[in-house]
Amino acid sequence: MRVMAQMGMVMNLDKCIGCHTCSVTCKQAWTNRAGVEYVWFNNVETRPGQGYPRRYEDQEKWKGGWELNKRGRLKLKAGGRVKKLFGLFANPIQPELKDYYEPWTYDYKTLVDAPLGDDFPVARPKSLITGKDTKITWSANWDDDLGGTEEMGHLDPIVEKVRRESEDKIKFEFEQTFMFYLPRICEHCLNPSCMASCPSGAIYKRVEDGIVLVDQDQCRGWRQCMTGCPYKKIYFNHKTGKAEKCTFCYPRIEVGLPTVCSETCVGRLRYLGLFLYDADAVTAAASVTDPQDLYQAQMDVLLDPNDPAVIKAAREQGIAEDWIDAAQKSPVYALTKVYKLALPLHPEYRTMPMVWYIPPLSPVVDLLRDQGHDAEDSGVLFGAIDALRIPVEYLAELFTAGDTELVTGVLRKLAAMRAYMRGISLGNDPDESIPASVGMDGETMYEMYRLMAIAKYEERYVIPKAHAEQAHDLEEMGCSLDFDGGPGMGAMGDSPFGEASGRPTPVAVETFNALRDRQTSDSVAGADTLRGRVNLLNWDGNGAPAGLFPQHHPTEPDRDEREGDLESAIEGGGGS
Amino acid sequence: MDIFLWGVLPYVMVVILVGGSLWRYKFDQFGWTTRSSQLYESRLLRIGSPIFHFGLLAVIAGHFFGLVIPKSWTEAVGMTESLYHFNALFVGTIAGVGTLGGIIILIIRRRKTGPVFMATTKNDKMMYVVLVAAIIFGLWTTLASVFWPSHDLTYRDTVSPWFRSLFIFQPDVAAMAAAPFAFHLHTLVGMLLFMVWPFTRLVHAFTAPLHYLFRPYIVYRSRDKGASVANRHGWSDVGTHDRDTQHR
Repeated sequence: MRVMAQMGMVMNLDKCIGCHTCSVTCKQAWTNRAGVEYVWFNNVETRPGQGYPRRYEDQEKWKGGWELNKRGRLKLKAGGRVKKLFGLFANPIQPELKDYYEPWTYDYKTLVDAPLGDDFPVARPKSLITGKDTKITWSANWDDDLGGTEEMGHLDPIVEKVRRESEDKIKFEFEQTFMFYLPRICEHCLNPSCMASCPSGAIYKRVEDGIVLVDQDQCRGWRQCMTGCPYKKIYFNHKTGKAEKCTFCYPRIEVGLPTVCSETCVGRLRYLGLFLYDADAVTAAASVTDPQDLYQAQMDVLLDPNDPAVIKAAREQGIAEDWIDAAQKSPVYALTKVYKLALPLHPEYRTMPMVWYIPPLSPVVDLLRDQGHDAEDSGVLFGAIDALRIPVEYLAELFTAGDTELVTGVLRKLAAMRAYMRGISLGNDPDESIPASVGMDGETMYEMYRLMAIAKYEERYVIPKAHAEQAHDLEEMGCSLDFDGGPGMGAMGDSPFGEASGRPTPVAVETFNALRDRQTSDSVAGADTLRGRVNLLNWDGNGAPAGLFPQHHPTEPDRDEREGDLESAIEGGGGS
Repeated sequence: MDIFLWGVLPYVMVVILVGGSLWRYKFDQFGWTTRSSQLYESRLLRIGSPIFHFGLLAVIAGHFFGLVIPKSWTEAVGMTESLYHFNALFVGTIAGVGTLGGIIILIIRRRKTGPVFMATTKNDKMMYVVLVAAIIFGLWTTLASVFWPSHDLTYRDTVSPWFRSLFIFQPDVAAMAAAPFAFHLHTLVGMLLFMVWPFTRLVHAFTAPLHYLFRPYIVYRSRDKGASVANRHGWSDVGTHDRDTQHR
């Protein structure tokens, strides 16, 4: 047994209102720069829907993830090492920009600069790739809220599959449509196929917290990872020629802060915490023959942090006491292993994803309410879960490789919790038969409710800090996203080898000053003449702080003298 | 002049190629990439790029065969002059035409596809000129030595001995000077190509990921090691070995 720690996330899909705040804040933090305009480390898809990039779940086309070979051993679906090397000169199956979308902006300048005329000026959409006029035909969430489902709903690979298998129809008529949102980030898998696909070995999993990162220095832009990742969560920066991905906001995690997407989530549906897992057992677990057994295999890889044997082994592996402690308090462990509510996304890809989802009960509840039933009654809900095959089958294709029993079990737990807690809220005696019907006791169900419904910030995010003895590395570390005006803003400037090359400035010093400049300057960032000047919008009117006036020229009177005059003038003025 | 071109320049070229590559590898890891444009356009790339690259591999193999292996060796294993030449012409022409055709497809694609053209730097354009010139002059030497064999000296008696003599630091300048003009031109452009090589995107060839065949699929790395980006200075630290240098 080799115990390792893994930062994990659980998302409670019932709470997602599809507001895209996580996507927008993530974009602002990480991919708001040239080369990654089309990239969303975090995106929210409406399901049923095609997702982003379009139809990424169609692995017969994209060949992402692993499969078993004839001898039952794991093999990359896109081919073995030799085949990959032969495909190096042009990746045979790589998503193109049109599979994501062509990013655009609007020609806002026309609105201001257009000469006087009879017509209103229009801000035309301009492609951010070519700079020319463009026609917007798709985006990262074009089919948001089932937009266009009448025409394109059948293009969802999961809909295709469920239809094929059940010979039933997922109806897209308005009254029968079900819908939920699926926020997606990198899964930070235990058995990542992007990493296995990388010819350069530039993608690595951090020993300390299991976060999967791309070494920007080692990446040579062979693009095999884009094919390898079945979730299509590795992106190609077309300016720098390097792969980029969700970093699990590791600079924040290292200091104990939640990821940006979690921090800004309006519905508070994300949970962050540690898993302890047995690294030696991963390959065997991912090689289980029946895809429907993969969920259980993945659960078995996760270790009980309260088990003395596990604690002992963790200590032997050098995992610190506060990390073991955090693993014991981990909300993600509780939701996956203790309450068995959270399920992995597409376990059949055999990558052992570490971002888990609590499937939504809301499609069922909404349907019941629309039909005039009491959607909080356990009996009605249980009956509906069993009867409403389509939503359940759809969820099963997403989370359990098609095992509807498992999904039904989770939904019944959620339904039971709903009914049980309603009884308590209405002042009735707790109906112990409800938790018993899903194999739980009332106390556990109440604990589960607490974690699901009212857990506070520090209960939802249990993040141990990176260790102080390693902290000097964090100080001046050139962070891997520190390039080309990147989030680190390590200034690089022009270089004879293309704009990507050169050496980044250490993140802390330059970023700090650049950010302060930008915040305090009333002009475009980097206007050196404005350095140190006071932004009048922020000036409180008291005194004359340094930098209130432009720097004096040599011909002007001495600075001290002038400031003295001004101060008295201002004071005099203020008194009247 | 001959001494400069065939006795000095090759060594200057090697110094620039090796020194430039080492310098760039040390100080510009981040710029060391294929700068692929497949995200913009895939259809033509999937035709042109493999033709070009596989053609190029064959061309490199051909150069090795022609330049490194002495005439006496092939004769010793019973390979007649005519068989050798037929072989060289046949394989060399296929490889050369493939390489040229591939790069023509790639250049047309680069010019005609808007986003790809916009992502093309001046450095790229310069590199393409030198690269295409080297390929064309190379093909010319192959064809010229077959269709206009007016001279008695083939490259195996002139260029190849000179090439081998470079490695023992006693360049056989006279042999090379006696070679036909086409070979002079091809060799000069070739040397130019190798001199600009470290400073263009061509460097990606030096990090061809052959180690992929042998490395484990899953890569674990400690955060300490991941921080190796930390102190990349233009020159190494003077004097003390502080904690940061120890961590590299």
